[in-house]
Amino acid sequence: MREIKYEEIVKSVKDMILYSATNLPKDAYTALENAYKTEKSEVCKQVLKQILENADIAKNEARPLCQDTGLAVFFVKVGEDLKVVGGSLKKAINEGTEQGYKEGYLRASTCHWDTRANLKDEVGYNLPAIIHFDIVEGDGLDIEYAAKGGGSENVSRATVFPPAKGRKGIIEYVKQVISDAGPNPCPPLTVGVGIGGTFEKAVISSKHALFRELGSKNPDPVLESMEEELMVLLNNLGIGAMGMGGTNTVLGVHIEKNPCHIASLPVSVNVQCHSSRHMHIKL
Amino acid sequence: MSKTYHLTAPLSEADVVQLKAGDIVYLTGVVYTARDAAHKKLVDLLDAGQPLPFDMKGAVIYFVGPTPPKPGDPIGSAGPTTSYRMDSYSPRLINEQGLKGMIGKGKRNQDVIDACVKSKAIYFGATGGAGALLARQIKSAEVIAYPELGPEAIRRLEVVDFPLTVINDTYGADLYKIGRAQYEVF
Repeated sequence: MREIKYEEIVKSVKDMILYSATNLPKDAYTALENAYKTEKSEVCKQVLKQILENADIAKNEARPLCQDTGLAVFFVKVGEDLKVVGGSLKKAINEGTEQGYKEGYLRASTCHWDTRANLKDEVGYNLPAIIHFDIVEGDGLDIEYAAKGGGSENVSRATVFPPAKGRKGIIEYVKQVISDAGPNPCPPLTVGVGIGGTFEKAVISSKHALFRELGSKNPDPVLESMEEELMVLLNNLGIGAMGMGGTNTVLGVHIEKNPCHIASLPVSVNVQCHSSRHMHIKL
Repeated sequence: MSKTYHLTAPLSEADVVQLKAGDIVYLTGVVYTARDAAHKKLVDLLDAGQPLPFDMKGAVIYFVGPTPPKPGDPIGSAGPTTSYRMDSYSPRLINEQGLKGMIGKGKRNQDVIDACVKSKAIYFGATGGAGALLARQIKSAEVIAYPELGPEAIRRLEVVDFPLTVINDTYGADLYKIGRAQYEVF
C-alpha cells in the first residue's frame, strides 16, 4: 500500500488551478494560431488575434485568461493500493480548489440554484468542486482538472435516440446543437461527444472527451472518421470566431464511446469555449 | 464595408445612428457594469417607482462579472458574459430609460433588436474570454450599487479605447446573421 499525504494533494490541486487560470494549454494555443492563419474572414481574424494576445497577456502578467474562471471539474483515477494520510481525498481536492481560487484572485461563481445567492460563505470559495471518481488498479493518483465556464456549458445538450438513428442521427444532432449555439459559447470551440452507455454515462463521457489533446487522432477508426466528418460540417456552419461569420468554428471534435443497452443510443454534446483551461497530473 | 469609429460614452443619438452592424468602435468614457442579478434589481426599482443608481440616459451597460482585482489593480479580468440572459430586461431600459449601448457577447432576441430600432440603441460585441486584454482598457472601477452581489455588483468603469464590434444596429441588422450567411456552406 502506497501512502500519499493529504497536504501534497491540496498543494498539487492548488497549483493546477493557479497555472490553468493564466496559461492556455499549448495544444489550444497552437490550434488557435492555425485558425488565425487559415481564417478567411477579416473580422474573425481580428477576434482570433485578440484571443492570442489575451493568452500572451494572461501568461506574462499572471492574470486570469477569462473572468469566468468556472466551476472546478475533476476526473480522478484512484489506485486501489493508494492510501491518503492526514485527511480524505475528496476534502483535499476541495481544499486545494478553494486555496487556488482564493490565491489566484479567481472568481467564485457558485450560487444557490434558486436564490442565486453566491455560496462562498456557506460551503467555501467556489465550492463544491465537481469531482468524478474512478477506482482503478495500482497505487497511482491521476487528476484531470478543467475550469468549466457557464457560457459554453449552457449550450451543451444530451438526448437518447432509438438505435435506428445510428451514426447519421448522431452527426445531425451534433450539428444542430452547435448551429443553435451560434455565437453564444465563445467559438472557436472544442466539441466533446459522448456516445452510448446510459444517459448520464454519455454526458460524463462528452465532458471527459474535452480533455484529449487537440489535434490528436481517435484510436478508434470509426470514431476518427466521424470526428473528421464533423470537423468539416461544423466549420461549414460559417459561425466563426465569436460568431461573427467565418471559416473556423471548431478547433476539434472529440468523441468517446461506451457500450449501451440494446434499446438505447444515448448521445451527449459538451461544448468547450476557446479558453480551454485544463490540466492533467499524476501523483 | 466596415468602418472604424472612436466614440465617447455616454452616447448620443447622433453617435449611434451612424453605426452599422460589423463596424468597429473604440469606446472611451464611462461604462456601467450589470449582469443578471443587478438587472433584476434595476427593473424591481422601476416597478417600485424608485430612482436608479445611475443615470440611464445615453448610458452604456457592460454585461460583465469581473474576477476580484489583484492588489493595486482597478479590476481583475473582465470579458463579456453571454447577453441573452439580459434579454427580458434590456428593452425596458432602452425604451423607457434611454439606455443607448450594451456590451456583451452572443445573440439577442427580437424584442431587444426591435428596441434598438425603435429607441435608437446599439448592441456591441466584445471578444468573449479576452478578459486579461479587455481589463487593460479599464482605467478605474468603483462599486456604486449592490456590493452584496460580489462579481455582479454595479460598477462605474472608466474605459479608454475599449475594442468593440457592432452586432445589432439601429436599423435592425444583426452581424451574427449577416456574417454567418457569408460563410455558411450548404
